[in-house]
Amino acid sequence: MKIAIASGKGGTGKTTVAVNLALSLEDVQLFDCDVEEPNCHLFFGFDLEKVENVNIAVPVVDKNKCDFCGKCSEFCQYNAIAVLPKKIMVFPALCHGCGGCTLVCPQGAISEENRCIGIIEKNKEDAGNLVFYRGLLNIGEPMASPVIHALQKHIDIKKTAIIDAPPGTACPVIASIGDMDYCILVTESTPFGFHDLKLAVDVVRNLRIPFGVIINRSDIGDKKVEQYCIEEGIPVLMKIANDRNIARLYSEGIPFVSKMPEWKEIFVQMFEMIRSVINEEVKV
Amino acid sequence: MKICVTATTGSLDGTVDPRFGRAQYFVIVDSETMEFEAFDNPAASASGGAGIQAAQIMVNKGIEVLLTGGIGPNAFPILSSAGIKVITGANGTVANAIEQYKNGALQETAGSTVPAHAGMGRRVGGGGGQGMGRRRP
Repeated sequence: MKIAIASGKGGTGKTTVAVNLALSLEDVQLFDCDVEEPNCHLFFGFDLEKVENVNIAVPVVDKNKCDFCGKCSEFCQYNAIAVLPKKIMVFPALCHGCGGCTLVCPQGAISEENRCIGIIEKNKEDAGNLVFYRGLLNIGEPMASPVIHALQKHIDIKKTAIIDAPPGTACPVIASIGDMDYCILVTESTPFGFHDLKLAVDVVRNLRIPFGVIINRSDIGDKKVEQYCIEEGIPVLMKIANDRNIARLYSEGIPFVSKMPEWKEIFVQMFEMIRSVINEEVKV
Repeated sequence: MKICVTATTGSLDGTVDPRFGRAQYFVIVDSETMEFEAFDNPAASASGGAGIQAAQIMVNKGIEVLLTGGIGPNAFPILSSAGIKVITGANGTVANAIEQYKNGALQETAGSTVPAHAGMGRRVGGGGGQGMGRRRP
C-alpha cells in the first residue's frame, strides 16, 4: 500500500505527518521524495548510507558525422540542443534523457553517456520497524523527477510505503504521487493554504487518486478549508491543533508521537480508514 | 540589415520586451526599408530552455543583430557562435530602439547580462523570468 503526503503550499506539515504516521505503523517504509531539500532524516537519529547514483543519459555528438541538419534540435521538447550552420551545442542540464535525439539523427552521430544528477540513500543502522530512503538531487540540477522515480523503485509492495512529497503542484509532485494508492493533502486554514489546497485537489483528481485532507494548526485562521471540504465531499482525515508542545518537539527534531503516544492511536485509526478506502477502490 | 527586436506587441510602435527567451513577440525589421515581420515567440511558454529555443529561432531566421533588454547564459553563446550581434539595454518602442542602435547609442554586449532561470518555478508556480536579473525566491 502506497500513501503519499502532499500539500500544495509548503510548510503546512507534510513531513510532520509523514514521519509521525510512519512511526505509528508496523513494518513501514518511509521515502523522502522532496529531493531538492529532504528533511525527514532530521527527525531520526540514524546515519544514512549511499545506495546508488542516479544517472540520466545525455547526448554526445560525433562532430565528424554530424551534418547540422537540425532534426535533433527540432525533436527536443526541452530545448537541450541548438544547431547552428556549422556547430551543434548540447545543454546537458536541460536534457531529460529521453533518447529521442539519438533515434531521429539520420547520420547516427549521437550516442549517450551517463550524467550523475543525484543519489539515493537509506538508513545505515537498523531502525526497528522502519526502513528509510531518501533521494538527494545534486545542487544546481534543475530536474528532480528522475531522482524521485529512482527512489520509488525501492518501494517494497509487501510493506506500507509512506511518501513525503515535495510542495507545489509541478513535475516533482506528479513524479512523487502519480503511482500512489492514496494521497493525504496537508493544509492549514489560511488564505494561502486554502488557495494551494484547491490546486492540489485539482492535481489528485486529474490523477484519479483517492484523497483526504489533514488540517494542521486547525484552530488558527478561518473555517474556509473545512467548509470547502464539506461542499466538495472531501474527507477531513485529521485536525491537528496549533499545540505549543507539538511545535516545541518539532523544533527539537523530535517526532511528537514519541512523546505524545495518544497521537499514535489517532494516526493508526486514520491509516485503517485509508486502508478500507483503498480496499474499496480495488473492489470497484 | 536584418534586426530582431523583442517586443510586448507585434509592431514598430510596440514596447521593447526586456526579456529575450520569454519575450512576447519578435519583430524582425529591415533597417534600410523599416519593413517588418512580427510573430509570437513560441519559446515564451517553454517549460525550460526558453532562451535556447529563442536563440535557435534567431539562427534559423538569419538574424544579424538582436536588440533586447538582457540576455541569459544559455542563449548568449548560441547567438555569438552564430555571429549574431547581441545588443542589450534597449528600451522604448521598437522603432526607437532601432534608431538608437543606428545612431550608435546602444553597444554590443560581450556576455550574458542576466542569470539563468530554471524552468517555470517550483515553490511558487508560474515562471517567466523578468529578464532584469531578478531571481526566483
